[in-house]
Amino acid sequence: MTDLILTPNIADPDGFYAALIAAHDGLSDKESAAMNARLILILANQVGDREVLAQALEAAKKSD
Amino acid sequence: MPLDDRYQLAFRLYPYARSADQDAGHPVHHPVIVVGGGPIGLAMALDLGRQGIPVLLLDDHEGVGQGSRAICFAKRCLEIADRYGAAGPMLDKGVVWKIGKVFHDDRQVFEFNLLPEAGHKFPAFINLQQPYFERFLFEQIERERAKGAPIEIRGRNRVEGVTPEAEGVTLDILTPDGPYRLHADWLIACDGAGSPTRKRLGLDFEGRVFEDSFLIADIRMTGEDFPTERWFWFEPHFKSGASALLHRQPDGIWRVDFQIGWDVDRAEELKEENVRRRLDAMLPGVDYEIVWTSIYTFQCRRMRQFRHGRVIFAGDSAHQVSPFGARGANSGMQDVDNLGWKLGLVVRGRAPERLLDSYHEERAFGADENILNSTRATDFITPKSTISHVFRNAVLDLAERHAFARPLVNSGRLSVPCTYDGLSLTGEDALPGAPDRSRPGSPCPDAPLGHGFLLERLGGDFVLLTIDADAPETLEADGLTIRRVALKTADDPTGALAARYLGTATGAVYLIRPDQHVVARWARFDDAATRAALRRACARD
Ligand SMILES: Cc1cc2nc3c(=O)[nH]c(=O)nc-3n(C[C@H](O)[C@H](O)[C@H](O)COP(=O)(O)OP(=O)(O)OC[C@H]3O[C@@H](n4cnc5c(N)ncnc54)[C@H](O)[C@@H]3O)c2cc1C
Repeated sequence: MTDLILTPNIADPDGFYAALIAAHDGLSDKESAAMNARLILILANQVGDREVLAQALEAAKKSD
Repeated sequence: MPLDDRYQLAFRLYPYARSADQDAGHPVHHPVIVVGGGPIGLAMALDLGRQGIPVLLLDDHEGVGQGSRAICFAKRCLEIADRYGAAGPMLDKGVVWKIGKVFHDDRQVFEFNLLPEAGHKFPAFINLQQPYFERFLFEQIERERAKGAPIEIRGRNRVEGVTPEAEGVTLDILTPDGPYRLHADWLIACDGAGSPTRKRLGLDFEGRVFEDSFLIADIRMTGEDFPTERWFWFEPHFKSGASALLHRQPDGIWRVDFQIGWDVDRAEELKEENVRRRLDAMLPGVDYEIVWTSIYTFQCRRMRQFRHGRVIFAGDSAHQVSPFGARGANSGMQDVDNLGWKLGLVVRGRAPERLLDSYHEERAFGADENILNSTRATDFITPKSTISHVFRNAVLDLAERHAFARPLVNSGRLSVPCTYDGLSLTGEDALPGAPDRSRPGSPCPDAPLGHGFLLERLGGDFVLLTIDADAPETLEADGLTIRRVALKTADDPTGALAARYLGTATGAVYLIRPDQHVVARWARFDDAATRAALRRACARD
């Protein structure tokens, strides 16, 4: 069984973050939400493994 | 405009004194004139003077301005100051810190330790008030002058007119005794972000304005002992700003920085009672005195060209960054480091004038990297849209529990020098197995050598560094003498020298520039290849 990766795994984190924010440039809040939904679905497909996806959902939920 | 001070002085160092040039009746000639005695102008004068190039520095005040502005001076900047002999007092006075804490609202998100790499003469950086940094440079100028360095500083000499000519520049200067004129072969404009020289020549300075203001207060803690740590709050619960920073300086002084929004009434915000209201909310029950306050806004921008014929821009006059990441003065010192040896060679006729075009090429490349980094930090700290705010807070939220999100938290990245990859002066990499960090174009990483350090041995001239390899003791080429620095891996029992310069190679020959950047490297000495690399590094090809 693979586990969800929760340690740093992205090379050039600042560059990635800047590209992520830039992808939303000029979008309305509604368009941004739709963009995020599409992005999540694309990334989920990349992950594939249902067990890992379930762990990701759990990790994302835990916010106080 | 009368010659009134635009700011209060912290240290009066060079009172106005009438110069014989003012009575000459014609513009007296100087090889190099530097306008502006901020950190960059002072360092420029020091660099040139130490090479024996006569340099005249003109500043419109009589010393160093009050108010600390820059507080973080990074390793590379200290290494450069050390090459000038000025770093000792900086290190003695400066505060070294390692622990940083990041907070969001009322929670600590995480804590980090900079864990500096061992085997360097200087720490990753020190905190030191800018006026001290400038005073220590000035004091080194005085020591060099005593040894005969041809450096002159004229206080209360305001440059009011700049007339470029094909082979020089004529300056109009205002003093308390009235105006006079000077002529120079070269003018180095270190007159700050508002550079009157740049404006007078009608040159561009374009980039991005950030719509936020920051209130800074330097306070002296009179009561309890605070830890030597950097604390950064995003959306602090005490509501003194949209973000807040607390950072230690020498003399028991702390820098506090509040992000207070774009449309603010500066005079109102700077009233002591209003500054205290924010400070008290942040530091309940703490006793302090306010030493200095200021409100700043910032921009990230640079000139399209740093060299305009005989007028060359360095420091804030050429590029401006947001303070997040401390890349202002630090990068200006790298400008000086880069320009000094090039101008020295050109003035002495040892290299063609076009070598100076590489100053723009390399330092504009550096400025772009600095602007990119400080813009990213600023965007993270002050999100400009709903969605970037949502992402920012999601990162903070996740970072509290998961290590993966911590590298995404950006409250300013450490200022590091750039590598001149693929630029005109950078030569070949013919050392298989060697580490990336010392590849051609990079600033030499320091390494311990028993009782001293590698960078001290390199000095400020072209050198051929050999590690477990043969080469002639000196090499004469194009009017220059290249000195060999011969080392063995055994000179550093810690193994850092080998790790930083050899990797899996068994020996190495590095050609190193006067600013301690690598030109080229080889597995063994090759006379023709070395001469070719040197020609390239001096723009002779
Ligand atoms: C709040 C704040 C925090 C900062 N923190 C950091 C930090 O932590 N680390 C860092 O590296 N940088 C930092 N910086 C940036 C740093 O202060 C600047 O990059 C640095 O001062 C630039 O030096 P300079 O010599 O180019 O220009 P300046 O310091 O602006 O000096 C210009 C000089 O030119 C003189 N002058 C101007 N016009 C004339 C004229 N016509 N004739 C004669 N003289 C003239 C001025 O009087 C002045 O002495 C910070 C800046 C701010 C505002």
